[in-house]
Amino acid sequence: MNLLVFYILAILAAGSAIMVVTMKNIFHSALFLVLTFFSVAGIYVLLNAEFLAAVQVLIYVGAITILMIFAIMLTHQLFSRSLRQVNEQVIPASLITFIFFVLSVVALAKTAWPVSGGQLPEDRIFEIGKLLMSEYVIPFEVVSVVLLVALVGAIIIGRREKSGDTK
Amino acid sequence: MDYSLLIPEVVLFVWALVLLLYNASAKTENPRAIGLFALIGLVAAFVILWFVPDGSLFGKTFISDTYARGFKMIFLLAAIVTVIGSVDFASKHMKHTGEFYSLIMLCVTGMMFLASAGELISLYVALELSTISLYILAAFLKKDLKSTEAGLKYLILGAASSGILLYGLSLLYGLTGSTVLDEIGYRLFLNEGTTIAAVFAIVMFVAGFGFKLAAAPFHMWAPDVYEGAPTPVTAFLSVASKAAGLVAFVRLFFNSLLAIKPEWVVIVEIVAILAMVVGNVVALLQKNIKRMLAYSSIAQVGYVLVALSAGIDLSVTSMMIFLLAYLFANIGAFIVVIAFSNATGSDNIEDYSGLWKRKPSLAIVMTIYMLSLVGIPLTGGFIAKYFLFGAAVKEGLYTLVVIAILTSVISLFYYMNVVRIMMFRPAPSADKIALPWMIKLGLAISVIMVLLIGIWPGPFYAWGQLASTIFHF
Repeated sequence: MNLLVFYILAILAAGSAIMVVTMKNIFHSALFLVLTFFSVAGIYVLLNAEFLAAVQVLIYVGAITILMIFAIMLTHQLFSRSLRQVNEQVIPASLITFIFFVLSVVALAKTAWPVSGGQLPEDRIFEIGKLLMSEYVIPFEVVSVVLLVALVGAIIIGRREKSGDTK
Repeated sequence: MDYSLLIPEVVLFVWALVLLLYNASAKTENPRAIGLFALIGLVAAFVILWFVPDGSLFGKTFISDTYARGFKMIFLLAAIVTVIGSVDFASKHMKHTGEFYSLIMLCVTGMMFLASAGELISLYVALELSTISLYILAAFLKKDLKSTEAGLKYLILGAASSGILLYGLSLLYGLTGSTVLDEIGYRLFLNEGTTIAAVFAIVMFVAGFGFKLAAAPFHMWAPDVYEGAPTPVTAFLSVASKAAGLVAFVRLFFNSLLAIKPEWVVIVEIVAILAMVVGNVVALLQKNIKRMLAYSSIAQVGYVLVALSAGIDLSVTSMMIFLLAYLFANIGAFIVVIAFSNATGSDNIEDYSGLWKRKPSLAIVMTIYMLSLVGIPLTGGFIAKYFLFGAAVKEGLYTLVVIAILTSVISLFYYMNVVRIMMFRPAPSADKIALPWMIKLGLAISVIMVLLIGIWPGPFYAWGQLASTIFHF
């Protein structure tokens, strides 16, 4: 049963990801991106990572793609324009991607992955929170600095300059 | 736990925040004062770094050892020399200088966390902090189309390479069940025989770090970004970004992946050969000095990879000496580029003709930097190459060393071409070039350090050797 659900979700995720990079209308691409993120969130639920699934839906679906859709709708003439998503290098690119795909399938299938036999903790969110505040507190704090840098960068690049300035 | 290990990073971070807040509240912008303020912060962090003891925090998430501190010195020195050389550029060409300097400081903070990262998540997050700052810095001249193009290219390709690196890291976690580098090394050592997935992960790491190092065949972004980015950013990028790639690369490969060394040595050797050949040959064709230095930096990283594929303690020692010599020679050369383009507005190598007549001191220091980049005796570059190739010879990698020496001979042509044009071509105009004192200071520090490493390498060798003691070969 679990396996069947997994395959449905996986095909949905991969299929809509392919649609994202092939659709002619950028708005449709963004909508398919939502579907991809939802399917991935479903896979997280199957893996007993409910917290990650919730975060995935909240941040990727709720924030990032909605923001993207807003940006598309507010940008002049982008909404109805038909885009070409490929250029003359599409054949070598797909060839390399295909080779990469085959190699990764072989590599992943031939490897004996160590299975963690441990029992899942009762209160998983509590455990995640504890880890973030103890062992992983430095990456946790550094991420906030990354966010600050991204904000500063967005302001610098997006700020409208006074006209007549040569700098 | 000894939280004092974090003081240099915290000082730098707080300093950058103060700079940001001050700049946001100040009514008039004084670029020179801001630059000086940033410089004081960087020097303060550098001084504090000398007093930081060995130790680790949060179960090896944050490691302070001789290796990490050695690299932190390199990052801070690169930032210090860059800021000294860029004060004039910034006050002439830039708006928002406060943001410019604080982004450089935040970038260095990320690199310092990277040097201390003893665990995969910290490693990745710190790497992202430093590269995201660099994307913004590359696009800092908003009115300049080339700078915008550089920023966009760097962002897109950088994001793709980060994705590849992250995939490799996730494979490594899947194979070992741990994110701590020491633990990963131990478990890989226990696994009898290498799995094909581990080799796959290694290929991802080489691709991901190869991008940060700008080693061929992952160098496509480098010439365009180096040319388009503001010259001080290019100077910083060409040294600090490479050092940041190397610090993580070496800690990962020499610490965690040492058990499967035979697998990665071959891949690193191939990348080394490609980088040396592509960098040196394509550099011959360049007309723009920033592009020429971009290809030269690709070749230089190839020499480091020659030593690293030996995989011994001398590899690490020689890499540290190389980075120090390369830092001063390369940033010095870029400060000359800044001074020249400030005066004439040109980056073309042809326009350097007759520089000897227009400003003898500028032509002389540029010659010294070029000699050091070639690796002529009495300069730091010679000592660096001597140890780099020595490490490879010690492990019997003769083919690699022969290729390295042959391509070094090729590099003689394009480095000396600059010297020839400066010294022997007639000057297009008799205008003298004036040098502001900050640029003079930056040039002087670089020249003194390049010659010091070349003439008296003892202390620098000892320093490099200290950094390599943490690896157990």
